[in-house]
Amino acid sequence: MRQILDSLLLVLALALVWQGLYWLAGDLALASPAQTFARAAELLATPSFWRHASETFLALGYALLIAVTAGMGIGLALGMHRLSGEVAEPVLVSLYSLPKITLYPVILLLFGLGISAKIALGVIHGIIPIIIFSMGAVRAIAPVYFKTARVLRLSRGQLVRTVIVPAAIPELVSGLRVGFSLTLLGVLIGEMFASQRGLGYLVMKSIGTLDVPTMMAVIVMLALVAVLISSLLLYLDHRLHRRAL
Amino acid sequence: MAASVVKMSADRSVSTPMLHAEMTGVTRIYAAKGKTPGVHALGPVDLALRQGEFFSVVGPSGCGKSTLLDVLAGLSSPTEGKVVFEGAPVTGSVPPGIGVVFQENAAFPWLSVKDNIAFGLRREGTDPAEVERRVGYALGFMGLEDFAAAYPSQLSGGMRQRVCIARTLVMQPRLILLDEPFGALDAQTRLLMGDELLKLWRETGATVMLITHALDEAAMLSDRIAVMSARPGRIMEELETGWPKERDSRIASEDHFGQITSRLWKRLREESIKATARGGA
Repeated sequence: MRQILDSLLLVLALALVWQGLYWLAGDLALASPAQTFARAAELLATPSFWRHASETFLALGYALLIAVTAGMGIGLALGMHRLSGEVAEPVLVSLYSLPKITLYPVILLLFGLGISAKIALGVIHGIIPIIIFSMGAVRAIAPVYFKTARVLRLSRGQLVRTVIVPAAIPELVSGLRVGFSLTLLGVLIGEMFASQRGLGYLVMKSIGTLDVPTMMAVIVMLALVAVLISSLLLYLDHRLHRRAL
Repeated sequence: MAASVVKMSADRSVSTPMLHAEMTGVTRIYAAKGKTPGVHALGPVDLALRQGEFFSVVGPSGCGKSTLLDVLAGLSSPTEGKVVFEGAPVTGSVPPGIGVVFQENAAFPWLSVKDNIAFGLRREGTDPAEVERRVGYALGFMGLEDFAAAYPSQLSGGMRQRVCIARTLVMQPRLILLDEPFGALDAQTRLLMGDELLKLWRETGATVMLITHALDEAAMLSDRIAVMSARPGRIMEELETGWPKERDSRIASEDHFGQITSRLWKRLREESIKATARGGA
């Protein structure tokens, strides 16, 4: 109850700051909260908005599917094989700090202008943190679990399925949380340039036509969805970590 | 250096007991790795476990007791020497029939107490009705009935160790190895767990080898006790306690108990000083 009240207060404070900024900056740069929500309500009623939204979430869905399955697979394998993990780690960390946007021209040439380029950009943003977290998750498993598995004569498949994966799940969810926001970032960046569809494109188009309320409305709706999914993952994350002791 | 054998009472055994597991000339040397120098952790050690006995190994910290257990279980390979369990050599993997309880909390936090205990049986594909029967029995035997649905994070250290013992018990091992299983528990809990262990040993008829640094624990529980030297661990002495099979923690007040512990301490004192001086404590 207390938490809900705190969150409401925070939202109220943000809205006040927003309104204040609007008074300072004026119509050309910002829309007021009221204008924004009115525009958002209009957009939600137009079919073309839903076409853009479904394009974005379709791309996000595919990108997440690829980033999560490949990322966790690679991460678990690297975590289990010590030498490979040690070789891969510095490479991954430098790839992680590389601004992926510099690869955008290459991706455009490889995947063309359609949805696949957005998916690819989402994947390269999200997959590396997922690999790093999954690898760390396996390495952090208590050695006594592996010993127990050997005493119980588990096969390699049983070891992965019934010990490694469940033991790693709390950390895997942390990786998923970070991976999710970066994948969404990648997809949206992909839509902002050389794209004709998606919410990222809609934002850029509104900037081009100086349609500030539309721009703000899309940004706010995207932020709400991202915050909602992130909080769900965070909640799951905390719950799992508490149980893991 | 041949280990001396001390009998603390008149020899009651008439026939020669059957050998269950044996180590001959076993050494374990950890190779140097980068800047860490190599360590001669163990041996050479000769050790013979008799069928159905309660055997303890005591020694100063860092003397290679746990290495000894790992090698005997097949969890790590000896650098030299040979390990035999039930007539077959142990090489590279844990043979069926051996159960191990570790010092660390090895209960899986994502499984309930009941599922933890059933874990090994389910992986073996045991018939569900049989799993249910054995797990039910183990829950009762270890006093865990009320906690069947609880998760390890809700249990005390002693209770979690019971879960691990129960998980080993349901596999019906013929040789149970315990690596300082009560090391993390308080003194009273340790005494009570000792009683449970004796009960389990009598009930299952399994051979038990207990690794411990607690002399009173070894003196109270064992038929025979091996005393190890500081690293590289060798067996300096084997001692027969001569306790009757039916025994429990009450024997800790007998004179004979005091004689055994003082005998152990006499042998161990110098070695412990060596180990401490090396920073092994």
